[in-house]
Amino acid sequence: MTAHFEFVEGATSDLAFVAHAPTLDDLFAAASEALLAASVENPDAVASSEQQTLALEEPDLELLLLRFLNELVFLRDARGLLLRARHVRVSAGSPAHLEASLEGEPLDPGRHVLAADVKAATAHGLRVEREGEGFRASVTLDV
Amino acid sequence: MAAPASLRRVGEACFELDVGYRPGMRVPVRVFGSEKLVGEMDDQVFVQASNVATLPGIVEASFAMPDAHWGYGFPIGGVAAMDVETGVISPGGIGFDINCGMRLVRTSLQHAEVAPRLRELVDALAERVPAGVGARGFLRLDETEFAEVMRDGAQWAVRRGFGTPDDLARTESEGRFPDADPDAVSPAAIERGLAQVGTLGSGNHYLEIQIAHPEGIADPALARTFGIDQPDQVMVMFHCGSRGFGHQVATDFLHLFLRLMPTRFGLPVIDRELACAPFASDEGRRYYAAMCCAANMSFANRQVILHRIREVFADVFGRDAGELGIRSIYDVAHNTAKRERHRVGGVERELLVHRKGATRAFPPGHPELPPEYRETGQPVIIGGSMETGSWLLAGVASGAASFWSTAHGSGRTMSRTRARKLVRGRALQDQLAERGILVRAASMAGLAEEAGFAYKDVDEVAAATELAGLSRRVAHLVPIGNVKG
Repeated sequence: MTAHFEFVEGATSDLAFVAHAPTLDDLFAAASEALLAASVENPDAVASSEQQTLALEEPDLELLLLRFLNELVFLRDARGLLLRARHVRVSAGSPAHLEASLEGEPLDPGRHVLAADVKAATAHGLRVEREGEGFRASVTLDV
Repeated sequence: MAAPASLRRVGEACFELDVGYRPGMRVPVRVFGSEKLVGEMDDQVFVQASNVATLPGIVEASFAMPDAHWGYGFPIGGVAAMDVETGVISPGGIGFDINCGMRLVRTSLQHAEVAPRLRELVDALAERVPAGVGARGFLRLDETEFAEVMRDGAQWAVRRGFGTPDDLARTESEGRFPDADPDAVSPAAIERGLAQVGTLGSGNHYLEIQIAHPEGIADPALARTFGIDQPDQVMVMFHCGSRGFGHQVATDFLHLFLRLMPTRFGLPVIDRELACAPFASDEGRRYYAAMCCAANMSFANRQVILHRIREVFADVFGRDAGELGIRSIYDVAHNTAKRERHRVGGVERELLVHRKGATRAFPPGHPELPPEYRETGQPVIIGGSMETGSWLLAGVASGAASFWSTAHGSGRTMSRTRARKLVRGRALQDQLAERGILVRAASMAGLAEEAGFAYKDVDEVAAATELAGLSRRVAHLVPIGNVKG
């Protein structure tokens, strides 16, 4: 299985996606790609001129994924940065940890075709679960 | 899409689910609306409203307004009053766009005067009131001044010259929630909010030029008192909130409460979006203080936008905004929690009233209303889709049944994803133009999501609030120009 995601029909006022990956590290990276694809229609046009690192701890994996995505939402809305996770290291457990290296560039309306204004990743229907040999995450975005 | 079989009618436009409907309910669920609207509500309204009924300290009932639909944790259109000693405060009961609300502004212009300049007017409004993803306002606030915004709300804006004391008198709580404490707000939320004052936002937020046609006036005397006193009068309505700032405040505390609920608070997590804290706890009080900061930022935002609207009209028509008769009718929130005094079982109590997608609607004679509206009752603004129009209403005495709360909008009937599949933004823009509604949208996909067919019938919602005794209709307002986020 290679990491991937798809947008799915969500509840009435939101946008939802499901990500699939062979490992938790790849699952979190795929979720960051989904968030980027929700924010701009041409995520491939997002260059890698900016790098950042992120370290987070939450009581469980699902809250960790929620926090991770909400950090990306914050960086876009407050600092105008379109970022994706290049490398993620997730430690499952209680609490769960994450270390991520992010890359991307400042939002440029001339080159980036803006899509949804994602205001938050939500806890609604949030799941991180095993799927065959890999993992699957379900996330709803508030737009 | 079906109401539960155990939902029973208890009034002409009031339905109830008993406390036995689900385990753990402390109060019944009370749903206001016509048989048609309640029958068409999505089943999650009943699930979510009954979840809310299990929250500690809830008083009287878990209410759903006639426009209720699925939300995060609480339904949108949900009202819950909590005892301030034993009850909880929940970000999901307020809405993540804290103090999302409506402002309605009158002008002395008539449709015929505006029609030839409509394109110029809508273009200028779209330029001067930034909308859409990443919109930044014309103000560059530093943290010191943003702290004033958080503390003083619209009163900060008027001090800065963006409006008049009369605007404040015609704003809920005079544009300032007094319990705000900037120290309760995270640095991340402040950073997110610094450039967002004076921006409309995206999603279902909009700024609309509307007409009050004589045939749409439901109560001529009230309409005149509110400032609708000419045929085909031009009005301006806008809908927006606390932008990313409010969202960050809500997200910060949602994460905090989810960590503390099973441990420190000993509260079960029924639905993570229903995260909450005892209102009397340090964390509960801190969220309330931060939420009031976001509410104040939103009041400031709408006040600054009104100022920009005055500038645009003055530029386009070459006359002073005062000469054009531009005056706020009212600014009212529909995503808040407020400490209020209500009579319950004949005893006056202080309650924390959560209104999520629900509008406060004080009746005639309420002591907190400004003198202008003491006899009429509070103006209530129900925004519809850009195709169907909106309503101005007023609070009524029988609204005590819902802790003085009524509907806020028309409520979605389908997902954004589905709406986008059914219509393209450009085609919708052309269709609307053919019907005389000029639309400027920051995003064509976003425009498609807001198509009229994705919403309930606003006329039905407004009529249902009257039937349920929550508010009374004053005037129907029809759009001719729309700036969409």
